[in-house]
Amino acid sequence: MAKEMVGPPPWTDVGRHGVFPDGTHDEIARFNFLASLNVHIQTKVFPGNRLAYEKRVLPRFQAEHGREPQTRHELRPYMEDDGYWQTWSSLRRSYMEMRQENGRAMVLRQIDELNAKARALNEGDPNLELDPDLEVPRYLTGVDTHCMPGSYYTEVTDDDVSAAANYDCGIFATTGGLLGRYNDGGGRAMVAWIRANAPDLRPTRILDMGCGLGHNTVPLAKLFPEAEIIALDVAAPMLRYGHATAKSMGVTNIRFIQENCERTRFPDGHFDLIVTAQFWHETSRKALPALLREIHRLMAPGGLHLSLEQPHYRGMPAYDALIRDWDAHYNNEPFWTTLHDMNMVDEMVKAGFRPEDCFETTFVGQIERDFAKDDGMDGGKDFGRGGQWYGFGSRKAA
Amino acid sequence: MAQAKARDPKLLDPALKAKGRRPYFHHDPAVDKVLAIAMALAAELSVTRERLDTVERILAAKGVMRQDEIDAWRPDDDAKNARAALRNDYVRRVLRIIQQELDDLEQMKAEDEYQRVVRELSEG
Repeated sequence: MAKEMVGPPPWTDVGRHGVFPDGTHDEIARFNFLASLNVHIQTKVFPGNRLAYEKRVLPRFQAEHGREPQTRHELRPYMEDDGYWQTWSSLRRSYMEMRQENGRAMVLRQIDELNAKARALNEGDPNLELDPDLEVPRYLTGVDTHCMPGSYYTEVTDDDVSAAANYDCGIFATTGGLLGRYNDGGGRAMVAWIRANAPDLRPTRILDMGCGLGHNTVPLAKLFPEAEIIALDVAAPMLRYGHATAKSMGVTNIRFIQENCERTRFPDGHFDLIVTAQFWHETSRKALPALLREIHRLMAPGGLHLSLEQPHYRGMPAYDALIRDWDAHYNNEPFWTTLHDMNMVDEMVKAGFRPEDCFETTFVGQIERDFAKDDGMDGGKDFGRGGQWYGFGSRKAA
Repeated sequence: MAQAKARDPKLLDPALKAKGRRPYFHHDPAVDKVLAIAMALAAELSVTRERLDTVERILAAKGVMRQDEIDAWRPDDDAKNARAALRNDYVRRVLRIIQQELDDLEQMKAEDEYQRVVRELSEG
């Protein structure tokens, strides 16, 4: 790209693969508007919340309590009473709903063509294994995750990939393109971490838990082309789309399997690298310890586990925690708030890892600057749109 | 081959509501609703402008017209009048709700005046 970009990339610059939906002129223009609207809300409207907090909300709180708020819980009702927060929140929620509606309109219009494209790539391929009898866990069926109607798992028709295609075709708008052409920024950030921190790692078997449509699995598959990669998820539309996508991009060392990660089929010590990306906040208080125990069981001696997540709230000022907790309350992320109060190192120790084998870390976003510019969407912080992410992980002694 | 799965038309609706409580933020939820409507309209206007821009660029690429001709174009008197009428009508339609309130107020005033006349005429 020769010229400097103004605003987020247009939809037509998003990476194309074998099952990516086509867009009509107006569907594309609607996504372009949504991407620009979202960048505006996050970079121009959002900063006013801090001013509203400092100038109006905090003085009122102090007048009533004689001190600053200590937790986001006691701050919430005061902030929710402020007109600026209300308008910002209302805009943000509207954005989320419009983004879903446009993605669904685009995908459902061509659902038969998309399903046929995926079917042609998937049929008879042992690298895709579905289990129609698998029960989708309650933590995904309770509400539709991040306002995605039908969530990850709903099947509109046979061989359906529509939920995944909707996710894929619109996430560039929500992230301002910071995840890259193929929305694989999380996976590429983990690859960069491995190169910097574990350069000698040569895994033969890799597990990706809660792989979704596999967009973060593909960079690992490319980094370790000799490795066998198992990508697990409970949602069939994600796995069909993920497998077809990877295959159309020439990546054939990933096996997509529909399975509940709390109890997998694999023997003890089977994997020498286990990863999750944006996974834990979509599980539950009950499932999390079971999932960590499964990671501990599945990890080979000398193995490594890496999880890319949103940051925890420990030690975070009440205002910052409140801002980061927005999705928990207003964007259907029901486990988000509980997870971010937890100490994942403690949880990993409870699951069987030695304290000295557990760590917290940061994944640095690998922005594709010829695709999207970092225009302050994340303000250098780890809001999960692509700047950087919180991470944790564990090892097992060889 | 197994029978094809029956399609639930609700699931094919792009505007399907996500399962879970829909939060409203303003003290009066009507404000959230109006804002959501305004943003949807803003989106459609943006789409229309982008479509028009596409048309202009295609026409320019085909040599039918140059884009700067649009900026250089000036209306004659007939066009001026026709366009002013369109704009008047457009503004009237956009601000219809305010006109309704004004009409209500005027009606109330007329009612008050009528009642005053009734009182005046009833006084001995």
